Amino acid sequence: MERHQPPPSLWPVGFAVGIVCLLVGLVVSWPAAAIGAGLAAVFGFLWARDVVRVRAGEAPLSADEEPSLVPALPEQPGERYPRNTFLEGATLGLGAVIGAVVTLPVLGFAVLPAFKGQKQHEVDLGPIGNFPEGQYVVAVFLRDPVQGDITRRAAFIRNNGLLKGVPSFTCISNRCAHVGCPVQPGGPVFEDKTKNVKTANGNVMLVPALPAAGFICPCHGGTYDQEGNRIAGPPVRGLDRYEFLIRNGHLVLGNLYSVAKVTGTGANAMIYKDELHGPGQHVDGPEAWLYPLQPPH
Amino acid sequence: MEQVALYPIDWLEERSGLVGGVKYFLFRKVPGDSDWFHTLGSATLTAFLVQLVTGVILAMYYKPGTTTAHASIEHIQHQVTLGWLVRGMHKWGASVFIILMFLHMGRVFLFGAYKYPRELNWIIGVLLLATGLFEGLTGYLLPFDQTSYWASVVAININGTAPFVGPYLASLLRGGAEIGPDTLSRFYSIHMLLVPGALIGLITLHLYLVVRLGVSSPPWSDEAAGGTPEPEPPPAQAGLVQPRPRGASLRGRPTE
Repeated sequence: MERHQPPPSLWPVGFAVGIVCLLVGLVVSWPAAAIGAGLAAVFGFLWARDVVRVRAGEAPLSADEEPSLVPALPEQPGERYPRNTFLEGATLGLGAVIGAVVTLPVLGFAVLPAFKGQKQHEVDLGPIGNFPEGQYVVAVFLRDPVQGDITRRAAFIRNNGLLKGVPSFTCISNRCAHVGCPVQPGGPVFEDKTKNVKTANGNVMLVPALPAAGFICPCHGGTYDQEGNRIAGPPVRGLDRYEFLIRNGHLVLGNLYSVAKVTGTGANAMIYKDELHGPGQHVDGPEAWLYPLQPPH
Repeated sequence: MEQVALYPIDWLEERSGLVGGVKYFLFRKVPGDSDWFHTLGSATLTAFLVQLVTGVILAMYYKPGTTTAHASIEHIQHQVTLGWLVRGMHKWGASVFIILMFLHMGRVFLFGAYKYPRELNWIIGVLLLATGLFEGLTGYLLPFDQTSYWASVVAININGTAPFVGPYLASLLRGGAEIGPDTLSRFYSIHMLLVPGALIGLITLHLYLVVRLGVSSPPWSDEAAGGTPEPEPPPAQAGLVQPRPRGASLRGRPTE
C-alpha cells in the first residue's frame, strides 16, 4: 500500500510549537496564548497548503488499488487546482470549523472553572472582645452563607494582644496539609463555653480550646505545633493561615495562604508566606519544583 | 408448534440478520478444556449490567444537590418500595464489580492470554480498569454524607499532588478552588453519563475482540500444545443449536 508521502518539512513542527504555546498561554498569560494561536494558524496553513499541493500532484492509482468512486476530472488547460480537490478540502475544512465552533465552547464550559479566579469571601467573625488574649478559640463559620453548609470551615484563632499598637491575631486553617482532613486541637475543647455570634456571615460559633499538644489530625496522625508548624506525621508542610484585618472592631478573615515555616511565637512570629498550595504539595525543598504553577484560588 | 415459535425469529432474521449474529456469539466454539476461571469475564460483565440497571432506577429517585442529595438517599432507603434493596445492590455491586475486574485481570495475566494477538484486548482491559475505578470514585460522593464528602476531599487532594499538573487536575475535578455545589453536579454528570458511555464503548470493543480472536486454553492445556487431537464435531442437527464452523477458536494459533 504505497501512499505518496509529502516530503519532510518543518511546518508540522511549527504548528505543534504553536499549539503548545497556545495551551501554555491559556494557563500562564494571554499574550503567550495569542502568539501561540498566531503561530499555529500560520504554520497550520502552510502545512495544509503543502499537503493539498502534494495530493493534487499525486501519481495515478496503481492497478491493485480500489478505483475511487468519483472519477478524477481531467485537468483542463490552465487549471492547476482540480475542482473535486477543492470541494473535498472545503467540505473537510468547513466541517472542522463547525466542529470546533460547537465543541470548544462546550469544553471550555467544563474545563475553565479550574482556571478562573474565584472570589474569595471575607468572613466577619465578630467583635475582637470575644477573643480572650493568649487563648485559642475554634471559630466555625460559613465562608459563603448563600451557598450554605457546604462552605462551613473552621479556623483556630488566637488573640496575641497588641504589636506596636495594632491587634495581632494568629488565624490558622484547620485543613490538614497532608490530604485535607479537618485537624483537631490537641487538648480539651470547652464546648460548654461556646459563644454564638451573629455577624454578616450568619452564625459564627466560637469555642475556646486549649491545644497544649498543638493540633493533631485524626486521619493519619499529622501533628502541628501551636504556630502551625509540622512536627510529626505525613503532612508535607505546616498548616495554612488566613489573612486578617480589623474592621469596625470586628475580626475579618481574608484569603488563605500557605506557610513554609513559622519561627517565634504569637505576635512576634515570623511567617514565611507562600501562595496557597493544595494539601500534599510542598512549598519548600527540592519537591517544591514539582508545583511551579497554581490555578487561581 | 415449533413453527409458531420459530416464525417471529425467522421474520427478524430475514429482515436484519441480528438473530444470526446472536447465535454466532452464543454458540461460538471455545477450547474443550476451558475451566471456571474463564467465567470471571462474564461475571464482571454481569456485575456491570447489574450496576447499570440499579443505577438507572436509583437515578429516578436521587436528587443531586448539596442540600437535597442526602435526603433523597434517605427517601430511597426508607420510603421507596424495595429502595433499600436496589440501593444495597448498587452499593455492594460496585465492590463486586471492582473485585471481579481484578480477579479477571489476574486470570488473564496468569494464563498468558494477553499475548499475541490479544495485546490490544489487554490494553482495552487496562482502560476498563481505570475507567471502572473512576466510576467508583465519582459515585462515592453522591450520597453526600460525611464519609462521602471527606473521602472525596482526600481523593481530590491526592490527585492534586501529581507533579506539575496536579493542582490543575484537582481544580478540574472540583470545578473550582473549593469543593462546592459544582463538584457534586460535576461528579454526578461524570458518573451518570460520561463514564458509563465510555465503559459501554470499551466493553463492546473488548467483547468484539474476544469473539474475533477466540478464547485461549489454560496454560496447562494438553490440547493446545498439540497433544490430544480435536474430537470430531457432532453431525448437524435440526434446530437452533448448530455448530458453526465460522466460530472456531484459535487454540493458541494466530489468525490468518
